[in-house]
Amino acid sequence: MIRYIARRTLLVVPVLIGLSFVVFLMLRLIPGDVVDVILGSEGSASPERLAELRKIFGLDQPLPQQYVAWLASLLSGDFGRSIRTSRPILPDVLARLPVTYQLAAMAMVVSLVLAVPLGVVSSVKRSTGVDACVRVLGLLGLSIPNFWLASMLILLVSQHFRGALPTYGYVSPDQDLLGSFRSLLLPAFALAAANMAILMRMTRSSMLEVLRQEYVLTARAKGLVERLVLYRHALRNALIPVVTVAGVQVGYLLGGAVIIEQIFALPGLGTLVLNGISQRDYPVVQAGMLFIAASFVLVNLAVDVLYAYLDPKIHYG
Amino acid sequence: MVSAANLPAAAERTRVAVIAIAPRRGQVWRRLVHNQLAVAGALMLSAVILAAIFAPQLAPLDPLEMNPTHLLEAPSQSHWLGTDEFGRDILSRVIWGARISLYVGGIAVTIAVGAGVSLGLVSGYYGGLLDELIARVLDVVFAFPSILLALGIVGALGPGLTNTMLAIGIVYTPVYARLTRGTTLSIRQREFVAAATLSGANDLRILRRHILPNVAAPLIVQTSLSLSLAILAEASLSFLGLGTQPPDPSWGTMVNTGQRLIELSPWPVVFPGLAIIVAVLGFNLLGDGIRDAFDPRLAA
Repeated sequence: MIRYIARRTLLVVPVLIGLSFVVFLMLRLIPGDVVDVILGSEGSASPERLAELRKIFGLDQPLPQQYVAWLASLLSGDFGRSIRTSRPILPDVLARLPVTYQLAAMAMVVSLVLAVPLGVVSSVKRSTGVDACVRVLGLLGLSIPNFWLASMLILLVSQHFRGALPTYGYVSPDQDLLGSFRSLLLPAFALAAANMAILMRMTRSSMLEVLRQEYVLTARAKGLVERLVLYRHALRNALIPVVTVAGVQVGYLLGGAVIIEQIFALPGLGTLVLNGISQRDYPVVQAGMLFIAASFVLVNLAVDVLYAYLDPKIHYG
Repeated sequence: MVSAANLPAAAERTRVAVIAIAPRRGQVWRRLVHNQLAVAGALMLSAVILAAIFAPQLAPLDPLEMNPTHLLEAPSQSHWLGTDEFGRDILSRVIWGARISLYVGGIAVTIAVGAGVSLGLVSGYYGGLLDELIARVLDVVFAFPSILLALGIVGALGPGLTNTMLAIGIVYTPVYARLTRGTTLSIRQREFVAAATLSGANDLRILRRHILPNVAAPLIVQTSLSLSLAILAEASLSFLGLGTQPPDPSWGTMVNTGQRLIELSPWPVVFPGLAIIVAVLGFNLLGDGIRDAFDPRLAA
């Protein structure tokens, strides 16, 4: 077990290095370079000034050396400074990280709370009206764009339930725990819809599979109450693939948060990245993307490790 | 070993159908037309495709024509879906939007299929170091939430239609590569491939004539699902102002501009959103239907 966890953890390192390389390369994709972007607003600059700035950013070095230097500074906690504000980037990122995490976590809780019971009901009442309704709900959830759902929720609340829930802005849990929860409820719901649909479909098909197994038949044959058959025997096994998919879906939630934060004016990493893109503040974009992607990789690692504990069927060597 | 590295990076992308046995074609077709949901999906898609092809004939008005005397009107006789903040006819814009949506989605998925299938075939057929290298690169692409990666690429290359297609294409390449690689690996072991090799066929011929046709079934299913995701991705990027640029009538752009005035009039947001849902739902229903038709054991 420990060997497995160690090996799984080591596997993350090359992926993280790869992530940093992709994010590094992205900056080289821009037409011209960072110096052109900075000087774009200043008008024309003398060749000496250009050369001087390129030297400051290390752009006169060959690409591999630039990457190594960049990576080394990242590892020492230096994420550079914003091109626009000249402020160090890391404190801004760290201040915004909890908002995005809280949003993604709340969206995951909302999805699981809705998806698992609906999926179970749908599988137990297979081929009935209830099942059909749940399946249609699942297909709709997959097909509704989260930004549109968010707009509709804002419209609904502002027209008919004014003041019931905040439709923009964020309250920190340090200030007001319940208020913080309320401020993210609508965004979390908009973000959760597609995720809920996927987890619901997964729960349903996984339950159908498990209910066919012989141990379920055995449990029923020995006269166990149906409720116990479902929850103790079927659901516990059926949830294993659901948990895996839920872990993978964290990536979707972190990505979708970028869009949702924008709509609800939440001060998370997503709005940081989007502002960075619109202001062409590339070091900020890099840092934001790196943190979001790395969070996703680490969550998957955590899910895998959790898995090793939870699932006795799989032998990890 | 079960590990997240082996799983596709998001369950949106995990809806990969692995189809073991290729059934006969007529049988698949019969199952498909008897599946009501799949037929409904096909009908929805037909409507969207027809709107895209015949947009100039179907749209009652010029989608770009402004009319300052009819701003933000509710649906009426003269404007069935109302007008937007410039007095443009929403129905005409939604119809033209189908063209942009299908065009961007189609090209993006073509890029993903082309690149992904090539990588997967090479990876699965030759194996070894090359396979390992491709797998590691794909792991990294998978490690990004898809919309975030697309956002980053478009952010770096600059907003616009072409870069949006390219970005979405890159993001969905790994799913095709993995799908093709997996199927190629299992088919490479089969006797007919050995027979072809013995009879002197070269690698290219074996890949094209013997392996690719067997990869086709899961690819068709995946393509339908990917098109739904690509349309959503284009809409999302355009919503963020990075995809299709105004005044072009992209559904995502329409929701974006309409959303600022939603308290005055919801229609410029409502209808383009419904159009996105119809297109995406159509591809999802059809994709599910084709998968079930190829392999009824997966059907619920």
